[in-house]
Amino acid sequence: MMTFLRDRKVRDILWQAAGAVVLVALVWFFVRNASENMVKAGIASGFQFLWRDSGIEVPFNLTGYRPSDTVLALLWTGIVNTLLVSAVSIVVATAIGFAVGLLRLSSNWLLSTLAGVYVEFVRNIPLLFFVLFWYFGVLAALPTPRESLSFLGVTFLNRRGLSIPTPNDLTGLRLSLLAIVVLVAAQWGLARWARARQARTGRDFPTWAVGFVTCGALPIVALVLGGAATSWDVPTLRGFNYRGGFVLVPEFVALFAALSTYTAGFIAEAVRGGILSVRQGQIDAARALGLTPGRIVRLVVIPLAMPVIIPPLTSQYLNLIKNSSFGAAIAYPEIVAVFMGSALVSTGQSIEIIAITLAIYLTLSLAVSLFMNWYDARHRMVTR
Amino acid sequence: MTMIARLRQRLFATPIDAAITLVCLYILWRISVPLVHWLLLDATWHGTSRDDCKGSGACWVFVRVRFSQFMYGQYPVSERWRVDIVGALWVLVTAALSWRGLPHRRLATLAAVVVLPIVGIVLLHGGWGTGLSLVETREWGGLMLTLFLTIYAGLIAIPLGILLALGRRSRLPLVRFASMVFIEFWRGVPIITVIFLASLLLPLIMPTGFDLDRLARAVIGLAFVIAAYMAEAVRGGLQAVPDGQTEAAQALGLGYWRIQRMIVLPQALRIALPAMTNEVISLFKSTTLVLIVSIFDLLGIAQAALADPAWVGMNMEAYVFAGAIYWFACFALSQWSRRRERRLLIAHGR
Repeated sequence: MMTFLRDRKVRDILWQAAGAVVLVALVWFFVRNASENMVKAGIASGFQFLWRDSGIEVPFNLTGYRPSDTVLALLWTGIVNTLLVSAVSIVVATAIGFAVGLLRLSSNWLLSTLAGVYVEFVRNIPLLFFVLFWYFGVLAALPTPRESLSFLGVTFLNRRGLSIPTPNDLTGLRLSLLAIVVLVAAQWGLARWARARQARTGRDFPTWAVGFVTCGALPIVALVLGGAATSWDVPTLRGFNYRGGFVLVPEFVALFAALSTYTAGFIAEAVRGGILSVRQGQIDAARALGLTPGRIVRLVVIPLAMPVIIPPLTSQYLNLIKNSSFGAAIAYPEIVAVFMGSALVSTGQSIEIIAITLAIYLTLSLAVSLFMNWYDARHRMVTR
Repeated sequence: MTMIARLRQRLFATPIDAAITLVCLYILWRISVPLVHWLLLDATWHGTSRDDCKGSGACWVFVRVRFSQFMYGQYPVSERWRVDIVGALWVLVTAALSWRGLPHRRLATLAAVVVLPIVGIVLLHGGWGTGLSLVETREWGGLMLTLFLTIYAGLIAIPLGILLALGRRSRLPLVRFASMVFIEFWRGVPIITVIFLASLLLPLIMPTGFDLDRLARAVIGLAFVIAAYMAEAVRGGLQAVPDGQTEAAQALGLGYWRIQRMIVLPQALRIALPAMTNEVISLFKSTTLVLIVSIFDLLGIAQAALADPAWVGMNMEAYVFAGAIYWFACFALSQWSRRRERRLLIAHGR
């Protein structure tokens, strides 16, 4: 009778069935406890609370949110703030990270050592330390508004935050943005044409030199022209503080500074690893073909290094987005602070709020990893 | 002569190189001189109160006076010997276990990993009929709490991570699916939300009257997240073990668990060790987040010390001291793992 238990397939099914039963029982046990405890505490479950007035003040928001708006609007404000600080930090972290990663490979010993010291310094200290350090250590030591640090007389940094000018109307800037889009599209078309011509006739075209003009210099000119044509609301000192313009609160500045410098250390390592993964033989072969050093970097090193750099880079971006939740420690109004913090305290709907928050982060993570898989599949090196 | 030649080659190879070197030296000079002045030369080292700090440098008196709090938090002064004993036990046992000549080393490690945490908790907590006075976890804090969180969460996360990594490669689809969901879920959410979740939801899903200590909640939350990351680190090691090893063991008639325990895991864990050490470092850094649920670890104590009216404006001193401890601990761990990795590469003749 017991012989059928010796069959591996039967045993597999039995084991899994037992596991499933234990899992279901456990979940049932937790859910029952939770519903009992909630009845006792007098908490009603459900998502109706999202449409109630929140009554929570958010000092820094881009959505025009007011305390009389719904909890859903509050959540949206939190999401926008998370995305804002993440986007700005990702750009700056990437720039610093690539710079430091390349400097670490410099032939100048002092330069590469300094870059190495930066990476080792940043990677071995908790991010929360940096967030608190910038907020309570650096920004709290900044001067009062009256003695603000001034940048070109239009942007001011003091302990109340960073006051930046804002455009009064967007027509000029929209036009320059349009010009930039046209320039980039033109460059893309030009590059395609140049490549096709080179494949056909072997004649070379200075695509990159032109690219620096169309995608680098001309956009700056366009922005300056567009900016000059726009009237700006420049912050000015009135009484004890700056009025006008837009104030980036100290919480934003501290979180941004911490996130970008911290993540840059990890990005630098990814960049260095990617470039080191390019075999010396590839570079020697390119040199033997007579390519110039600039072309070796462009046509051999970068195409071979990028597929190695992109996956860790994406996961660093994802980490940065998740780490923007550290803003909760200094009350920067991002998702965790306004929703899991303030809204949870005022409504008491802990299960629903936690579920929504986790769902948002999981969606973000899933989106990024889907992109990563897609990129990986597209750019995977075909070997052998 | 060779020294100078090397210096020239590495710092002054071309005019541009020389310019870069000089600019770097200048920046370094501008940063390090005030830093050294603040940290050492102009700093005040001796004294008892804030009034003793008259120099323009750092006021290390603050750290001196508060030192025991940075180490033990609010743990009662008369009971701190218990913390010292637990710390000494860990150090001694670790030292003994890392001696290669120890007889029955594997068995002793296993025993230590099971016994030591229990002894540690009993000693630190007291009560429970031991005759030691009860010290509630509310009073624990400082570096001791940081180490407690790291060790206990790590001791849960490492075995759990190994099991999850095996589960993800299991031939049973249900196990594979469950492991994957667990790993991806905890890796996809920020640790802050997990600590919130643990401190809010764990009491809710437990039977009424069953009160889980809030420190235990934080440990569980941290352990789950790190286990998910640990599983990915171990998976990398598992993938590096050739299939032939498993197949050969199967041909010898070994069962699944024996194959994993005797053949696959010893090889996989050795390869995964650097990645696993990285996860331990990241766990050590993540313990700072318990600040969010008002548990005061080293960074939390430093942060709380800033609110003391007798020591206003000691932000920098507190941060520099706490930051230096974190940095040295993490740096030492990563150097240790790097050294092991190098030795491993040499041992494999690569």
